[in-house]
Amino acid sequence: MNWSLALPEIVLSIAAMAILIFGVLMRRDSSFACNMLALGALLLAAFLVLAAPTGSAYGGLFVVDAFSRFAKLLVLAGSALALMLSLDYNRHEGMARFEFPVLILFVVVGMMVMVSAANLMTLYLGLELHSLALYVVTAFNRDSLRSSEAGLKYFVLGALASGLLLYGISLVYGFSGSTSFSALAGALGAPQGASIGLVVGVVFVIAGLVFKVSAVPFHMWTPDVYEGAPTPVTAFLSTAPKVAAMALILRTMATPFGHLADNWRLLIELISIASMILGAVAAIGQTNIKRLMAYSSIGHMGYVLVGLAAGSAIGLRGVLIYLVVYVFMNLGTFACIIAMRRQGKQVEQIADLAGLGRTDPGLALVLAIFMFSMAGIPPLSGFFGKLYIFLAAVQAGMWVLAVIGVLTSVVGAYYYIRIVKVMYIDEPAGAFDPRPAMLSLVAAGTGLFTTFFFLFPGPFVGAAQAAAQVLLG
Amino acid sequence: MNAAGFPILSLVTFLPLVGGAVIMSIRGDEEVVASNARWTALWTSLIVFGLSLVLWADFNPGDPGFQFVESASWMPEYGLGYKMGVDGISVLFVLLSTALTPICILASWEVIKRQVREYMLAFLILETMMVGTFCALDFVVFYMFFEGVLIPMYLIIGIWGGPRRIYSAFKFFLFTFAGSVLLLIAILAIWAHTGTADIPTLLHTRLPVVMQGWLFFAFLASFAIKLPMWPVHTWLPDAHVEAPTAGSVILAGVLLKMGAYGFLRFSVPMLPAASAAFAPLMFALGVIAVIYTSYVALAQQDMKKLIAYSSVAHMGLVTIGVFTFNIQGIQGALFQMLSHGIVSAALFLCVGVIYDRMHTREIARYGGLVERMPMYAVVFMLFSLASVGLPGTSGFVGEILVMIGAMQVNFWLALLGGVGMILGVAYMLYLYRRVIFGALTKIELKNILDLSPREVAVFAPLVLLTLWMGIYPQSFSSFWAASVAQMVQQHTAMLHHAALIAVASR
Repeated sequence: MNWSLALPEIVLSIAAMAILIFGVLMRRDSSFACNMLALGALLLAAFLVLAAPTGSAYGGLFVVDAFSRFAKLLVLAGSALALMLSLDYNRHEGMARFEFPVLILFVVVGMMVMVSAANLMTLYLGLELHSLALYVVTAFNRDSLRSSEAGLKYFVLGALASGLLLYGISLVYGFSGSTSFSALAGALGAPQGASIGLVVGVVFVIAGLVFKVSAVPFHMWTPDVYEGAPTPVTAFLSTAPKVAAMALILRTMATPFGHLADNWRLLIELISIASMILGAVAAIGQTNIKRLMAYSSIGHMGYVLVGLAAGSAIGLRGVLIYLVVYVFMNLGTFACIIAMRRQGKQVEQIADLAGLGRTDPGLALVLAIFMFSMAGIPPLSGFFGKLYIFLAAVQAGMWVLAVIGVLTSVVGAYYYIRIVKVMYIDEPAGAFDPRPAMLSLVAAGTGLFTTFFFLFPGPFVGAAQAAAQVLLG
Repeated sequence: MNAAGFPILSLVTFLPLVGGAVIMSIRGDEEVVASNARWTALWTSLIVFGLSLVLWADFNPGDPGFQFVESASWMPEYGLGYKMGVDGISVLFVLLSTALTPICILASWEVIKRQVREYMLAFLILETMMVGTFCALDFVVFYMFFEGVLIPMYLIIGIWGGPRRIYSAFKFFLFTFAGSVLLLIAILAIWAHTGTADIPTLLHTRLPVVMQGWLFFAFLASFAIKLPMWPVHTWLPDAHVEAPTAGSVILAGVLLKMGAYGFLRFSVPMLPAASAAFAPLMFALGVIAVIYTSYVALAQQDMKKLIAYSSVAHMGLVTIGVFTFNIQGIQGALFQMLSHGIVSAALFLCVGVIYDRMHTREIARYGGLVERMPMYAVVFMLFSLASVGLPGTSGFVGEILVMIGAMQVNFWLALLGGVGMILGVAYMLYLYRRVIFGALTKIELKNILDLSPREVAVFAPLVLLTLWMGIYPQSFSSFWAASVAQMVQQHTAMLHHAALIAVASR
């Protein structure tokens, strides 16, 4: 047995526990040191992910391939950036405790296990590890009513979704006799096809997983949790876990349930259409920028699911590219939102951005780039995400999906450019406090990535292509 | 690439961005930044214009194909490449874009007082996008430039516009974006069907007839909004009225041409069967645009709105010309586009001149300007008459060619198009009389000043061009004669081919 396949996860777990012990033993405030150690651990894990050989281990429970490597690197990058965003925020809000980076590391371990899962049990294990740690960080600002409320809401609804997932897994196991992905693929590929019970089980599994990416109709928790959670946690929530969950959906839908594609495709299409429409329409009336970002992320997940519905290698490739683009522009946007601080207090109304173009041209420019990118205006990276997704839909002959997709992106453009309008056209509402260097670093880095993605799409497209190929065999 | 292997088109396209980067890096207090930004933008755009004259000099009018072609690998595994080139149809629009940009920058010299750096930056980015749109030879690259225009234009209208600028900017953005995304779907469909997005290849690809129909309407959604055609023209008057003068100039001068350019470059050659089948529809829309918007223009109280509606009417004539599919019609459409690009730009500048002095565009607030502003009256008259199509000005050549082309298709089409031209005379002369002639009775006009040297510098090249195009049109039409002839011949051949297949399958 090749245990070293899971080396990144093992190292991260040990690092998380070591940091925990270090934090407890240190007498004085050690949160900064712990954060730095956690960032180091994430970096180390990234190297190990790159170095890990391809194969499957632990009796077929765990698999490492090009796809898992791609998703893991993206998860690690997103988590590291979110951790960087949290440094100054946590200090300002008086919640800079050493448990925070430790919990984030556990979330990351959970996500990496999800990505590498080759068995429904591994899947559930990873999902629960990541969820439980995530509930805690959501409620991390324990003195804030909103944060606690968000954590509780997320926990209750998340537990419900886990229950659905587990129920679905038990149905699948009951009707097929296995939880291993490869065994399931073999059983379902048999000529007699799938029994109705199995299909019901798959639907429950989809429901449980779709909750995690907050696609309609399992999106109800998103706006409240996004609004209530500490902003860096929202930034984290909206990126890395979405990537992990989406990777998980791709793998389960493509590998064990690939033969049932005709059964689940319509479901994914409906979820995708509903998410795109709701994400576009419901965001229009929002005044709080974090709630707006919640609806925006629902919409983005709708677009991502278009690629899955297409079901082709091009579709899966499109999904992965979209996720890369999405993670960076979303984290960049949240870096800008965290920078919205006036007289020492965090503000998060869209109206608070008024006149930013004159009071802080740099920040306004970066945020405008992210907004135009999210709306899908070329040559920014968001356009390429949509380009590959819609190419797949068109190639698969899914005209309805493609047309609804582009039309909702027009509706969505309205609220994105409204933010640009508030920043550049409205009268200034007063300057923000000077922002910490770390925020500027993250915002500038992701902004450059978003702007200049069109110059070097090759490596990303190539890697995504290789990853998608693995899933479709 | 030309003989020396020199990437002139990329240079012309992307040099404005270099100027933009320089503007971004200017430091100092606001006065210094503003003045430096103005000069940097002016010099950059002048250098770009100078470089683009190389195209004028080195272009070989006898060659109907693409020239100065450059290509670089971008995403070869998906049939996407960075490819630039111009043919007779596009080369003069590149020049139009590079010529109007310095004029716009000069026209905004004193008017724009706040956020000058951002303003100049937006114009330079806009120039890159415009030139790129006309040069791109890859469909996806084309779309990137075509759509990228929205960002700077949205900001120009929204930040530096008039009182209702927010409404207008949103309307402009959302209308155009809604059309463009359907174009994107069409591009993806072609790309998925043929496996390439290379425009020269696609120009010789035969697409299935049923598919052509759908694609035609997807193209139409985008180009009709951009052109704009009746009934999706309503964003244009709003955008024009609220945009700053230079914004209107670019909007009327170049952005409207992108729609017609799209028809000529893509709809007609790539979808010959569908274009032929839906030509009557296009004629109908064109005729309605010409007549209806001319009547609307007659009733306007706001000068910019009047000229905006006249633009819609002129573009209706262009639509008719394009879909006649004969040499005169298409040449006329091209000439009309070029002429309108200069004349309407100049008319908006004329409105800008008196708006800067009186801060109103209401026609009723003026009258008798000829007494105080003789030079201005002459300039305004020249462009009014050019817009009307007086022989000897650029407007005449385009209109007469379109009429000849339309006459070959259908007598009534030509007649109805001609009615629109008569109405054009009515509204332009009515406008001119109310603003320039009559007694100078309004007190606030008593001290109005004639054109300043800067304004003379703005108008001089436009006056010269208008007359040049009117008196010796050959020096412009020779650029596109070969390309148009080839296009018409190919279109006929493709239709013939389709007809043969239809006969054979019967």
